[in-house]
Amino acid sequence: MTPLLQVENLAKYYGARIGCTDVSFDLYPGEVMGIVGESGSGKSTLLNCLAGHLKPDHGAVRFATRSDGLRDTVTMSEPERRMLGRTDWAFVHQHARDGLRMNVSAGGNVGERLMAVNARHYGDIREQAIDWLGRVEITQDRIDDRPTAFSGGMQQRLQIARNLVTGPRLVFMDEPTGGLDVSVQARLLDLLRGLVRDMGLSAIIVTHDLAVVRLLADRLMVMKDGHVVETGLTDQVLDDPQHGYTQLLVSSVLQV
Amino acid sequence: MISVENVSKSFTLHNQGSTVIPVMAGASLHVAAGECVALVGASGAGKSTLMRMIYGNYLTASGRIMVGDTDVASAAPREVIALRRRTLGYVSQFLRVVPRVPTIDVVAEPLLLTGTGADEARAQAATLLARLNIPERLWGLSPTTFSGGEQQRVNIARGFAFAYPALLLDEPTASLDPTNRATVLAMVQEAKARGAAIIGIFHDHAAREALCDRQVDVTGFTPGLAA
Amino acid sequence: MKEYNFAYLDEQTKRMIRRAILKGLAIPGYQVPFASREMPMPYGWGTGGVQVSAAVLTPDDTLKVIDQGADDTTNAVSIRRFFQRTAGVAVTEKTGEASVIQTRHRIPEQALREGQIIVYQVPIPEPLRFLEPSEVETRKMHALEDYGLMHVKLYEDISQHGDIATAYAYPVKVEGRYVMDPSPIPKFDNPKLDMAAIQLFGAGREQRIYALPPYTKVVSLDFDDYPFQPTKADHACALCGSTSSYLDELITDDAGGRMFICSDTDYCATRVEDAA
Repeated sequence: MTPLLQVENLAKYYGARIGCTDVSFDLYPGEVMGIVGESGSGKSTLLNCLAGHLKPDHGAVRFATRSDGLRDTVTMSEPERRMLGRTDWAFVHQHARDGLRMNVSAGGNVGERLMAVNARHYGDIREQAIDWLGRVEITQDRIDDRPTAFSGGMQQRLQIARNLVTGPRLVFMDEPTGGLDVSVQARLLDLLRGLVRDMGLSAIIVTHDLAVVRLLADRLMVMKDGHVVETGLTDQVLDDPQHGYTQLLVSSVLQV
Repeated sequence: MISVENVSKSFTLHNQGSTVIPVMAGASLHVAAGECVALVGASGAGKSTLMRMIYGNYLTASGRIMVGDTDVASAAPREVIALRRRTLGYVSQFLRVVPRVPTIDVVAEPLLLTGTGADEARAQAATLLARLNIPERLWGLSPTTFSGGEQQRVNIARGFAFAYPALLLDEPTASLDPTNRATVLAMVQEAKARGAAIIGIFHDHAAREALCDRQVDVTGFTPGLAA
Repeated sequence: MKEYNFAYLDEQTKRMIRRAILKGLAIPGYQVPFASREMPMPYGWGTGGVQVSAAVLTPDDTLKVIDQGADDTTNAVSIRRFFQRTAGVAVTEKTGEASVIQTRHRIPEQALREGQIIVYQVPIPEPLRFLEPSEVETRKMHALEDYGLMHVKLYEDISQHGDIATAYAYPVKVEGRYVMDPSPIPKFDNPKLDMAAIQLFGAGREQRIYALPPYTKVVSLDFDDYPFQPTKADHACALCGSTSSYLDELITDDAGGRMFICSDTDYCATRVEDAA
């Protein structure tokens, strides 16, 4: 099986400071990779480099495109990268405001990606929007409401619907449950699990919350000061941590 | 089906003075299809540790652990996950679930993951839950609020939902009353009969005698204690 | 008037504007930035149109200026007088006799022909501006043909009003490539954008020029199940009786009395003349 994403020696520096360095891994279709670390570990920098939001200083991020096979997205032209971002890739931001158009209705938000790839039938677009809102447990009667009228959890679910409507194969998520109430988090994680399983998605999730990663991720990368200190099967890294920092992280989690 | 070959393990606690605790050396055992092997030894001797190493939950320091054609000790994460989906089942001592998911969906999940349709999966889950005497009114609730015994039975139902060719059972009859214990023993017999290779930890003598063809004493794998 | 260069602007400025116009004609619908000059009228009063007209006028031209279709409103009169004094060109109210027509927010009813130039006054040249406030972002969207957002606006209209509510400045796609704002002409005029004359668009405050060469393919955006409709008031003109021209609604008294009259004054007057 060929990997969906091949990352090789990725690094990003801010002057003399290391953003992230020496990152290499392969991600296969259907795999969910978690990246954990505390503030300043470099996990968000890494995610942004992978998703094409930041230009890395060196390294390659090769994606298995549908038409051209493995292509290095770092050296791709901007139009191609943007096209990828609208079709095969999705990005769920920590704050729904960054990933939604707040002055456009929920239906319009979900329909936008469809319209961006030339959907031109209003009725069909609306049908698909309703279907997707249903899948993220937003009732049909809210389709014409603006996200400003939604709760935080609903906004986040809308962001997910908006991203998944074009059937992307790789989803990047930046602290998808950060800032949400605990009960809302549980619901969202459940939803994400179901969608990842039903759609066969691959995902890369950055979070500082180990419980989230245990629930969602197949594999885990632990980052500290810009370096990957440990990587492996999620339950193995969490139950049998090898690196001192991972052991510290795991033992610091409060028990309820 | 399951072959543990000269396996060793130690824990290094970096944040506690870098203490190194060797827990296993030279461990070997083989289980064929249709066989049930019991792991015995004093508490803390390494029975659960070995089981977790076979499941891939703990890292193996050296040696091989073959389950079917896969060497768990050196396999890539996705290979271990694929193995756990279709080949290797594990019933641990504690029920660990995603919050908010109803019991019937918890039990149906292994079937959903292997491609069974949602309705069919739920139907099979219902049959198992009924067999283990979990009342139907509880099926729609999350098992996190159930009693210890009820949770254990949900755990078992989930472990037996899919017909794994290899099964690891850690104290499956603990916390169960005699009726349910008998049911679980019957389920393990059925798994044996269909050719599953089973490794079990049973503190319950009677269960051990009834099910297991052999016993392996893990004390023999403890470094420093091996004769 | 000898104190000013022909048509007010100096020759270097005209050269700069003409280059922008040529670029606009070469890339129909693409907004070309230009160095908008200070004109003797404030922003928002047609400085873009005036600069474009000044750059294209020659001493032999005949100029017509209309404002919402009328030759006799204050602004039309002022601009026409401005060019009479600074360029000394002939002026007319007859569409058919003009070689350059400067217009605010309407296309004349009478079909234009090859050899004529129509200059539109444009307030906001960017059709995506109300949805995407960032200029950097809208430029990228045009460059990458990333126009999903434009249809989102139409979708929102239909979901809120039952139909596409945009009545003027209705966005169009030019030659299948650029999305363009045709200036605040009523959507009734959109079909006329496919014409034999040269069309130039000037936005003075926003400093953009764009253009459509003759016979350019211009399609109004819509959905397959909500096709574009060039609508007008469902009346006939009270003066000339036309049922096919765009009408202005005039309130005639305090009791709510109203009448509908052709917005294009030349068209209406000509019809009345011909009927007499």
